[in-house]
Amino acid sequence: MLKQIEGSRAVAEGVALCRPQVICAYPITPQTHIVEELGALVKTGELHGCEFINVESEFAALSVAIGASAAGARAYTATSSQGLLYMTEAVYNASGMGLPIVMTLGNRAIGAPINIWNDHSDAMAIRDAGWIMLFAETNQEAIDLHIQAFRLAEELSTPVMVCVDGFILTHAYEQVEMPSQKEVDHFLPPFEPAQILDPNKPITLGALVGPEAFAEVRYLAHRKQLTAMERIPALAHEFAMNFARDSGGLFHPYKTEKAKTIIVAMGSVCGTIKDVADDMREAGHSVGVIALTTFRPFPFAQLRDALKGATKIIVIEKSLTAGMGGPLAAEIKLALGKSKQTLYSVIAGLGGRPITKDSIRGIVERVAHDELPDTTFLDLNWDVVNEAVGGAHTQLIEKHTNHKPKS
Amino acid sequence: MFEIRIHGRGGQGVVTAAELLSVAAFREGKHAQAFPSFGSERTGAPVAAFCRIADEAIRLREPISKPNAVIVQDPTLLHSFDLFSGLAADGYVLINSGKSVEALGLTGLKQKLPQGHILAIPATELARTHIGRPIPNVVMLSGFAAMTGLIVPSALCGAIKEKFNLSIAEKNIAAANAAFELVTTLIASNQGSLIEQC
Amino acid sequence: MQEGTQRVKFYQTGTLTVGNRLLDVELRTVQATTDRSNAITSGHRACQGCGEALGARYALDAAMRASNGNMIAVNATGCLEVFSTPYPETSWTLPWLHSLFGNAAAVASGVAAALRTQGRHDIRVVAQGGDGGTTDIGFACLSGMFERNDDVLYICYDNQGYMNTGVQRSSATPPTARTATTPAIGGEPGNIFGTGKDVPRIAMAHEIPYVATASVADLHDLEAKVTKAMSMHGARYIHVFVPCPLGWGAPTNSTIRVARLASESALFPLFEAEHGEVIASSPIRKQVPVEDYLKTQNRFAHLFKPERDEERIAVLQQMADRNIKRYDLLREEVKA
Repeated sequence: MLKQIEGSRAVAEGVALCRPQVICAYPITPQTHIVEELGALVKTGELHGCEFINVESEFAALSVAIGASAAGARAYTATSSQGLLYMTEAVYNASGMGLPIVMTLGNRAIGAPINIWNDHSDAMAIRDAGWIMLFAETNQEAIDLHIQAFRLAEELSTPVMVCVDGFILTHAYEQVEMPSQKEVDHFLPPFEPAQILDPNKPITLGALVGPEAFAEVRYLAHRKQLTAMERIPALAHEFAMNFARDSGGLFHPYKTEKAKTIIVAMGSVCGTIKDVADDMREAGHSVGVIALTTFRPFPFAQLRDALKGATKIIVIEKSLTAGMGGPLAAEIKLALGKSKQTLYSVIAGLGGRPITKDSIRGIVERVAHDELPDTTFLDLNWDVVNEAVGGAHTQLIEKHTNHKPKS
Repeated sequence: MFEIRIHGRGGQGVVTAAELLSVAAFREGKHAQAFPSFGSERTGAPVAAFCRIADEAIRLREPISKPNAVIVQDPTLLHSFDLFSGLAADGYVLINSGKSVEALGLTGLKQKLPQGHILAIPATELARTHIGRPIPNVVMLSGFAAMTGLIVPSALCGAIKEKFNLSIAEKNIAAANAAFELVTTLIASNQGSLIEQC
Repeated sequence: MQEGTQRVKFYQTGTLTVGNRLLDVELRTVQATTDRSNAITSGHRACQGCGEALGARYALDAAMRASNGNMIAVNATGCLEVFSTPYPETSWTLPWLHSLFGNAAAVASGVAAALRTQGRHDIRVVAQGGDGGTTDIGFACLSGMFERNDDVLYICYDNQGYMNTGVQRSSATPPTARTATTPAIGGEPGNIFGTGKDVPRIAMAHEIPYVATASVADLHDLEAKVTKAMSMHGARYIHVFVPCPLGWGAPTNSTIRVARLASESALFPLFEAEHGEVIASSPIRKQVPVEDYLKTQNRFAHLFKPERDEERIAVLQQMADRNIKRYDLLREEVKA
């Protein structure tokens, strides 16, 4: 059914169609509307057979989900930003134990300074936690990724995080095709846990593992992610067959064939970038876009292949590893290997700073003229920086961040 | 693509206005995208909300900086912010005020815009009369519909019925009808504002 | 008590027989029965004389009997978790889940919710943790589980410190006790006064259905309290006193004696509460001064040498006296 609804509500309705049995909620902006809506759906009985638990913290939220999942229930929670950090210990625990929990991350910056607006710092902070991490480009994809996430999580016994840009998607009203319960039921069979706490067949979950087996356990977690790399496109294909639309998969290439410049990004900003790419093509620039959906597992080989025709690659990302640069750019660089392609890293949209078409166009034009440094902070207000650090320091920073890349 | 920016204060239903507008456009078979300015939502604080309406899917996610229309739900904002920044040369402006556009100090803007593209209506008063509460958003939207022809009244009514429960929806629809009539009259009489009636 | 049966005072049995097999059948513990569940099998790595291993075995077997073996246990990180599950071995014969140090209560809430939503009302949930995992790092999750009145019995095995990490102070460590982080040096050696928290009373403040304290000194009482707790639903809490010979500096064969002195001195009162009100307490049969208890453990040695610290011993005695008053521990028992 075609609907014009808020992103959070779309996610909530999509999750409800997946028939979760235990939902744990602790409020944090901008995730709140999602759990409010789910709470209402449980209370009205529209989502039946589901326990909605208001907990005292995000740490408890994911811990309750861990217990519920281990006891055989399809478990779901949602968080953002500081909330994700507050539950970090449980984030690692859920993946370590192979519990197929699905969590929505309404992406938001991490403080200090405190900031409630969108960027990807939260997701990047737990990128090594062993979860499958998917990024939605639109609210339609947000719904679809959740449906695929439950299937993927339960097939592989591993948790899946669906990243949805805070405010930009969660608070945006746009039209979505809400699948029917029948369609979702057909795609997503009831949860059959790989192992379950059952008095008739007692098992010990969460044992102490020493040096003699720990490396093997970690290796198996890595293998599981590599298996996911094969299952994600297969499930996206199956989803397309069932729902007649492309959602999910490893990434979405847009006009990348024969494109000399390809922009790589994740999440909602990909839409704006595609608009720019179209405009620039009209102006004679050969620009393509790759909207990366699957960040974990990271599709190194597939990206290398998709990017091979381009001479210049621009990575626009909403996160920063201070002292290193853009984490996504670093991984794309790794994907490119010894290739001669030039990589430009653009840090943009931090703490909700709008990423505009004009700014992206400026980036592409500077790349076309070989004028862009290796790493660029989009729309950085140098007056503010100057005031904070003083002239000498600024000159130093400029020297080191704006130098031309060596070819 | 038609882009609308709505300015007001927290508690005036600014975000709801953008939502209703997008739902109304959706009901007419168009694509629409509505989103708030994402501030901390405090009552009385300046708030902006955005709505894009297009015939094709909308991919753009940046805030609206070059609006085709600006709706001002609270005239006290007029002198605090540049509410009309980036407004298209043939853009529309609708202000919630019992004063004339000239009295609001917007003669310059009026001269730049095409005839009938800037109006002031006493939306709060109309809301008080018909809804019983000083929430001007629906009145302004209906006025906007009458002014621009961008959405038809039935689509707006449908959006109102989707959003509110029956009794509140009925009051809002009454307010919307009154506003539609008022703006239609104003434009027909070429007045552009309501000076004597309120 | 039935007519014709003799009231048996535990300390008079004078036997180390497990489960008091010399007692009348009715009065024997679950451990004395041949069909006991043996929730924690032998072969685990607990220290000699471990009070926690003993307390957990009695508590869980009683809970297993009360639930007909339909039970899931959740465990916080700590000694109990570490010594019972060195991969690939396990001592647990019931479904058992360990997640983290601070989340046992929340994980148990999740298990209970999952069982509820799957219609498995026959399966009961017990969560357990040490004092660190309960009164400190797990406190928020514990309080959350309490206030939601989730259907979980939480058992805290209190050995008054972080024994798993090498005997550091917790909020359950008593004043004056020496730990690795409250050394017996300086003007006020050991843990200071005016700190710590009384979690059983905090649990009562949540007005949950059942709160009790118990001790490995009275295993029969521990079993009875677990059995009673298992007959109820909602959030329940049992705080069990479990001496740690290693951490407390006491002989490994003194665990029960030390625990008994803790109760007989009233430093660890035994009581039950329902919905926030104390409904029963175990009276002290033969009161002993606190120093009799303190002298059994090296962690209090600095109170007696090089010279007696009269002032601080007196304050500890005042704490015991306050417990006697609060729980009416020296009342005349009604004779059978």
